[in-house]
Amino acid sequence: MPIQYYIFLCLTLFSIGIIGVLTRRNAIIVFMCVELMLNAVNLLLVAFSKMHHGAAATVDAATTAGIDGQLFVFFIMVVAAAEVSVGLAIIVMMFRNIHSVDINFLNRLKN
Amino acid sequence: MNITQILFFLLSAMAIFSAIMVLVSRNPVHSVLWLIAVFFAISGHYILLNAQFLAIVNLIVYAGAIMVLFLFVIMLMNLNKDTEPKKNIWMKLAGVVSGGCFLMVLISLVRQAADMQGKAAQTGVGDIGLIKNLGKALFSDFVVPFEISSVLFLSAMVGAVVIGKKA
Repeated sequence: MPIQYYIFLCLTLFSIGIIGVLTRRNAIIVFMCVELMLNAVNLLLVAFSKMHHGAAATVDAATTAGIDGQLFVFFIMVVAAAEVSVGLAIIVMMFRNIHSVDINFLNRLKN
Repeated sequence: MNITQILFFLLSAMAIFSAIMVLVSRNPVHSVLWLIAVFFAISGHYILLNAQFLAIVNLIVYAGAIMVLFLFVIMLMNLNKDTEPKKNIWMKLAGVVSGGCFLMVLISLVRQAADMQGKAAQTGVGDIGLIKNLGKALFSDFVVPFEISSVLFLSAMVGAVVIGKKA
């Protein structure tokens, strides 16, 4: 597949994530949209990795060029899992204090 | 139009439609379920690109673990359509317009970029996505980041417990 198709798909998914962050007020939905953006970036990294590998494999068939991109995706998933556990704990704590997940109530740090 | 292209467009349409449904669903539980559909479509793309390890990890970690965590939290808080905060229509419009402008600028940029002309991502061939090759690279070149990520997980675990504990 031409790499541009993948770029357009990932840009669309990323923009949908941005629109979600800007338009929704539920903190959990905002968080889910951040996950959507992370996944769009992951898909683009894998597509670029395969593009790079395809170009290098015409020279040397046994090359492992492009494997770094897929390992980066793996590490992004690791960081995302850690981020979600802490983020959801913060949202639960906030819900316990103000009984809402509306981000408009979060415009002050104190009180 | 061969089978790979048909699958690509099918999975892309499914991903984009589900992503839009994540935004427009009023019920947060429905949003989570649509997001799981997005992750399944992205895993299908990974399989199409022959990145089999990432496809399975994406399903297990994202659709399996993270989304269940979201679902648990939403159900613990008893969020539903009635508790959903409503945003001003003008704010929504401003968000959609700015996101659309971002998309338009980037798409026109990529269309003109000379670096991207005539390049293609391999689909269905190439063995770098197999678990054997990824494991070799992970435990030789990337062993330090791998160990650091275990420390990151430990600190995230401790942090989640400390934050979640009743003060």
